[in-house]
Amino acid sequence: MMPFRAFARIPAGIGALTRLPVFLSRSLSVGLLLILPQSVLAQGWDMREGVTDISQRIQTLHHISLFICLAVGIVVFGAMFYTIIAHRRSVHPEPANFHESTKVEVIWTLIPTLILIGMAVPATITLRDIEDNSDADVTVLITGSQWKWHYQYVDAGIGFYSNMSTPTEQINNLEEKGEHYLLEVDNPLVIPSGLKVRFLTSSDDVIHSWWVPDFAVKQDAIPGFINEAWTLVDVPGIYRGQCTELCGMNHAYMPVVVEVVPAEEFNTWIEDQRVAMELAGEAAVAARSRDWSMEELMPLGEAVYLQHCATCHQPDGSGQGITYPAQAGSLIATGPVDVHIDRVLNGVVDTEMQAWAPQLSDLDIAAVITYERNAFGNDMGDLVQPLTIYNSR
Amino acid sequence: MIAHADTIPPARHPLIAWILRWILTTNHKEIGTLYLCLSFAMFIVGGAMAMVFRLELAQPGLQYVGADFYNQMVTLHGLVMVFGAVMPAFVGLANWMVPLMIGAPDMALPRLNNFSFWILPFAFFMLLSSLFMQGGAPNFGWTLYAPLSTTYGPPSTDYLIFGVHLMGISSILGAINIIVTIFNLRAPGMTLMKMPLFVWTWLITAFLLIMVMPVLAGAVTMMLTDRHFGTSFFSAAGGGDPVMFQHVFWFFGHPEVYIMILPGFGVASQIIPTFARKKLFGYHSMVYATASIAILSFVVWGHHMFTTGMPLVAELFFMYMTMLIAVPTGVKVFNWVATMWRGSMTYETPMLFALGFVVMFTIGGFSGLMLAIAPADFQYHDTFFVVAHLHYVLYPGAIFATMAAIYYWLPKWTGNMYNERLGKIHFWSAVFGLNLTFFPMHFAGLGGMPRRIVDYALPYADLNLVSSLGAGILGLTQFLFLYIVVDAVRGGTGKATGQVWDGAEGLEWTLPSPAPLHSFHKPPQVD
Repeated sequence: MMPFRAFARIPAGIGALTRLPVFLSRSLSVGLLLILPQSVLAQGWDMREGVTDISQRIQTLHHISLFICLAVGIVVFGAMFYTIIAHRRSVHPEPANFHESTKVEVIWTLIPTLILIGMAVPATITLRDIEDNSDADVTVLITGSQWKWHYQYVDAGIGFYSNMSTPTEQINNLEEKGEHYLLEVDNPLVIPSGLKVRFLTSSDDVIHSWWVPDFAVKQDAIPGFINEAWTLVDVPGIYRGQCTELCGMNHAYMPVVVEVVPAEEFNTWIEDQRVAMELAGEAAVAARSRDWSMEELMPLGEAVYLQHCATCHQPDGSGQGITYPAQAGSLIATGPVDVHIDRVLNGVVDTEMQAWAPQLSDLDIAAVITYERNAFGNDMGDLVQPLTIYNSR
Repeated sequence: MIAHADTIPPARHPLIAWILRWILTTNHKEIGTLYLCLSFAMFIVGGAMAMVFRLELAQPGLQYVGADFYNQMVTLHGLVMVFGAVMPAFVGLANWMVPLMIGAPDMALPRLNNFSFWILPFAFFMLLSSLFMQGGAPNFGWTLYAPLSTTYGPPSTDYLIFGVHLMGISSILGAINIIVTIFNLRAPGMTLMKMPLFVWTWLITAFLLIMVMPVLAGAVTMMLTDRHFGTSFFSAAGGGDPVMFQHVFWFFGHPEVYIMILPGFGVASQIIPTFARKKLFGYHSMVYATASIAILSFVVWGHHMFTTGMPLVAELFFMYMTMLIAVPTGVKVFNWVATMWRGSMTYETPMLFALGFVVMFTIGGFSGLMLAIAPADFQYHDTFFVVAHLHYVLYPGAIFATMAAIYYWLPKWTGNMYNERLGKIHFWSAVFGLNLTFFPMHFAGLGGMPRRIVDYALPYADLNLVSSLGAGILGLTQFLFLYIVVDAVRGGTGKATGQVWDGAEGLEWTLPSPAPLHSFHKPPQVD
């Protein structure tokens, strides 16, 4: 992950070479415009240009290799289709007899090799710059877990979870799908424009991969390891991506949304987050200093359940096989309360049932446990208070 | 030991005798047929799974299957196609053709041959039975990445592990048999550099199999002990490394890709000269190119892992090595075109499939070269662009090549000509279906659609609908193929001569059609 020193000293003059491909790439884009129907380009079915220097250089590399492949393809397929037509038996009844030529073999070994060397030079330079993670202004630790992202701003000491916000009704075709179907979250990652942002990726469970196409940043999030990547975005805006490593059942439902804001706005936002954390702390104190009624906890619990639990345990608590057990009539939801609390707070090690203690407030956990013990026909009549949760942590 | 129908005691009921004959056979032709039948059955099973997820992907949203079942289909589709359809098909072709092409009476180790086939039905029974188990079938992709497959895998994962062990044993034994046969049973005068290209490519493939199948067996064994015996090979919490699984898997996986392609190269190198009526151009360079590809395949595995956080030097190494593979692959394509050049060509079905293979495999090669460019791979990796690439390489490379081989040698096997008109319809409908299915996937991937997702964002809807339609067409063409083959077995459009194709050269064409059950009792002389 450290840049390889020898490549850090490549003289700047070679960099100029990479501008020729930019020209070729532009010409190619124009060429593609003529070939591809307008609708294709309008929907962005070419690799996107993105909004960073790296993403644009990668698009250029993509165009160079595509251009070379097209050129080679025209020559090879041209020769092939020519011979298919010109040397068919009806017009060319007598086959020639040649079948060996060292000269030709050497030529068509050397020419591709030279072309490949030509492709490798700009690729090497770009790769060196992609792997240069030094001198970042802001560092964000991104931790994947099934199926959400946990963003932590290392210097500012704040952090939050980012869950997909597309409603289940849209996925199940009960409602019209929104513009950003599957690519929308409750809490987007916020980063400043014009500053170098370093991403550290890791995971709490299986391997995930954090990808924002417009930044050309794709980095695997691996449990027990920390990977590095970086970006520098100049254009404020909202950029969307997805998890790109199969990470279990809801792999498709793990979007990445990044909001890039001007640096001053970013600083204000960080302050707001700090204040919000303090307020949440105060709210938590307030929540556990009084008793909550069943009427208050049940609707709140249902909301928490639907957002965090229902994708696995199902909205009606019926579960999905042995991997995602049913809530209705389950030994946990109808057994001792302290076991149930422990299960929700700490999860089950090495299964999809994760620990919710770091993710949800005392009130949310109290509400969802109350809901689980009284919904789905469980009717235990138990009422769990936030204070109990606070003391169980 | 009972070897053939004629040695079975006459007292047995004919049906039992018939069943025993196929179970106990040690004849290379019959075992070849068994392999091909199993392969086609698995091809249909794996294809049916593809139909399930293509149906689900036809529209955004969840319509037919849940996310977990979708993942099971994706996983089993990959495993069944790789280990059940492609590899047995090539072993079946090798069983049939290697002895005929080198003038051997049979495989060198006939009982081992029987054993290596009969392991497979049990292996696939174990693998597919996982669909009916509590917790469902394996759902972590055919690449079995830890810790999704170890810590989080369903109970049925153990059946997958033992199934893979069995397939590996079968492949290794089959490969040993092929190597021993080629090295020991060649007809007098057939030096290594006079062997037909199909035999050469299979010899190299067999060495690849022996080298990498134990690596896969090691990987899944480590999975097994991680799952049950408290080891932590792939768990960081116990001092292991999930990325090490990927290194071990792809050290197997990349040579495996060439295992699935090299015999296809061999098939094309047999068929194109026959129908061009001109000797293969650059025989020696074809052999060297095949060997170079095989050797390079051991030093490119990291290109599957550019986003796992490899150091820059490793990324550069794997990028350069991967790009280098384009050179020998290019040489092969150029040689095929040069073989055709100024030939006198006709386009019967085997030739059509061989040419379809060359053209579309080259398209897959182009996208492979693009994927080799590591910086760009950060954008391509794990998107549908990769799905498009691998299917452009594997479908033409393995499936088209196998079908070309079957059309080419079917008259020799059955003694009957297949229906040429239907064969041509099969070819063109398969080409249409294949491109309709897989070409739009390039665009979906470039646009940003990750692979292995059950549901996708709205911009990819049109492309996916087209892919699904294409997949349906491609699926239907398989039944046309089945009909053509069955029809040819039952008489087809008439008797075939021994020579079958006027431009064909090689020992197999010196035999009558159908090739007798026992051939080359006396080794032919090759000059």
